[in-house]
Amino acid sequence: MAAPAIVIEDLGKRYRMGRLHYGRLTESISNSSKRLFKPKSGQNGSTSRAEYLWALRHVDLEIAEGEVIGIVGHNGAGKTTLLKVLSRITEPTEGRAQFAGIVGSLLEVGTGFHPELTGRENVFLNGAVLGMRRSEVKRKFDEIVEFAEIGRFLDTPVKRYSSGMYVRLAFSVAAHLEPDILVVDEVLAVGDIDFQKRCLGKMDDVARAGRTVIFVSHNMSAVTRLCQRAAWLHKGRIVEIGSAERVVEKYFASGAEFEGERIWPGGSRRPGVTELSIRGARIVAPGGVTSTVDIRCSFRIEIDYDIHAPLRGMSVGGVLRRTDGAGVFEAYDSDVSGWPSRRLPGAYTTSCEIPGNLLNDGRYSFTIYSFIHGTILAHIEDALVFDVVDLEPSGSESLGIQHRDGVVRPQLRWTHSTEPPDIESSGDP
Amino acid sequence: MQARTGTVGLPAAEHERHRPVTVVQPSRGWIALRLGDLWAYRELGYLLAWRDVKVRYAQTLLGALWAVIQPLTMMVIFALVFGRFAKLPSEGVPYTLFALAALVPWTFFASGLSGAAQSLVRNEQLVSKIYFPRLLLPIGAAGSFLLDLAIGTVLLFVLMPFYGFYPGIRTLTLPAIALLPLACALAVGILFAALSVRYRDVAYVVPFLIQIWLFATPVAYSATLLPDELQSVIGLNPMAGAVEGFRWAVLETGSFPSNTLLLSGASCVVLLLVALIYFRRTERHFADLI
Repeated sequence: MAAPAIVIEDLGKRYRMGRLHYGRLTESISNSSKRLFKPKSGQNGSTSRAEYLWALRHVDLEIAEGEVIGIVGHNGAGKTTLLKVLSRITEPTEGRAQFAGIVGSLLEVGTGFHPELTGRENVFLNGAVLGMRRSEVKRKFDEIVEFAEIGRFLDTPVKRYSSGMYVRLAFSVAAHLEPDILVVDEVLAVGDIDFQKRCLGKMDDVARAGRTVIFVSHNMSAVTRLCQRAAWLHKGRIVEIGSAERVVEKYFASGAEFEGERIWPGGSRRPGVTELSIRGARIVAPGGVTSTVDIRCSFRIEIDYDIHAPLRGMSVGGVLRRTDGAGVFEAYDSDVSGWPSRRLPGAYTTSCEIPGNLLNDGRYSFTIYSFIHGTILAHIEDALVFDVVDLEPSGSESLGIQHRDGVVRPQLRWTHSTEPPDIESSGDP
Repeated sequence: MQARTGTVGLPAAEHERHRPVTVVQPSRGWIALRLGDLWAYRELGYLLAWRDVKVRYAQTLLGALWAVIQPLTMMVIFALVFGRFAKLPSEGVPYTLFALAALVPWTFFASGLSGAAQSLVRNEQLVSKIYFPRLLLPIGAAGSFLLDLAIGTVLLFVLMPFYGFYPGIRTLTLPAIALLPLACALAVGILFAALSVRYRDVAYVVPFLIQIWLFATPVAYSATLLPDELQSVIGLNPMAGAVEGFRWAVLETGSFPSNTLLLSGASCVVLLLVALIYFRRTERHFADLI
């Protein structure tokens, strides 16, 4: 039996909200002087203006050596806080976690990359930042460069790299990190499609290499593929833990991300890159924004985004899947002629009409992608989740079944022809 | 422990090495300075310092020449204003050399201090995404200016013969004396770095403080001009010791300033301890606040 590599006991992290957080010097001095006169018991008095938020509470988890565990949950559920506490970036408020072995954490790729330094220099710097010894980086150097496919740009400052090259190099360094325990955030949502596939392949290798991995992701198919177990975090607590398939299924069934509309608050938290950021997305049926669509009615998928610099040759669209993973289609606004290939800075909404009588009943998720010349500008896995329902089952009586097979349920054109039996021709030899 | 074979890309022997146990839990009360952590991460420290040096002069026309331009300009201004116009006495040494011998350690202190003070905010991304002893940032930032100090000292040696001065045996004490401005820049820099996480006011305070400090230190003038009672305590300003020590070692002025150096060393150690303790006490909240 494998010994636990990670034991997490009653872990909690509390944040203080409100103005005191970034208080000015004067404010803080007056507060500490107040505290001075009200020791201990005065804590409530002096902090009455502050509100506390438990980003993480009573988290208990045991992870066996060599296990790959996925953490799922919607935004703000505490996934990132858990990773930050486990990777010692921030201290927990209560509880403890114990690791047997060297812990490596990847909260993003390219941390510590400096634009003025060359690719070669950044490999060494980033390696050290991630906790690799110089000798280790030296040993793996050729492998890293080969995986990144940057070849002759090795001695060029990375500020001259294309964003694709930059990301490839950054991921490549990270992928060659070989700690006993690896803590990974969604670092895969970058780069072009080919590279993403190779990254997932590399993650497969890591998982198979017997390393203990904690993997946080919004990408449910990646979680079910890479992880044996998964834990579902909701409002800072683990609400479900078990086999990855079962937890993901329950997570979807709960409709945790089940809104007809998603809005990403402003600032750097918005998905996207410097040139483009996604503001929101929604499902609009004839009755308005909804997460439940009548099987017979057409509806629109709308994506709101801001463009911050003129872009030529970009496209917006995505992939529609059933939540059990079956693909339905992948479509982009550039599919039709006359699409606006050049877009100036401004706020845009791109919408796409899905005809009625196309999808079968069931639960679907739409993943948003935006591309420019094969490079991803934005990628939001399962951005929208919605139900297609058959509100007035009719025409199915003769079948006597509740649910039809297939991802689509189109109304096809059926024709009938009848001919009277032709006795003469049938009698021909 | 489970024995594993056939792991991808990892020799089995390496995998079976000693496994350190890491515990993550809230720290309570006064925490140890944990200087051992710094040693374990020393490679990252060197790399951060090297990065700072490399980046500082990247894409500049004059490169490392900037390391000498600053003290030289100050020297010319001081020589004009204080040497030529105000005719300040300079302990029997040409005023130009007298000023430069102090400006070299001073420039190192001033740039080391402001580099260290801004190091956490400048590396916000590292602080919020990666674990490593945060002390490496101010140490690396201040340490990166050691190169500038070396260049400045060479400049001093190059200029001395033009005034009929030659480096003597006392020069050998320079590395020890240089510890004083280094420790002083670190102490104040570490303190301000920790404060800067919460208060961005630091960015405005530090340049201001450096300006005032320059005139509180006998850089432009000789300490002998001060009243006796002040002379005996000027060492409480650690930079006074640094400057006097430099002049003594390079220009062979007067007798060994033992009183000043001792006081400066002691006040520097106290400052450094206070800074380290404050840094360690607040370090746990850096990632949340920055």
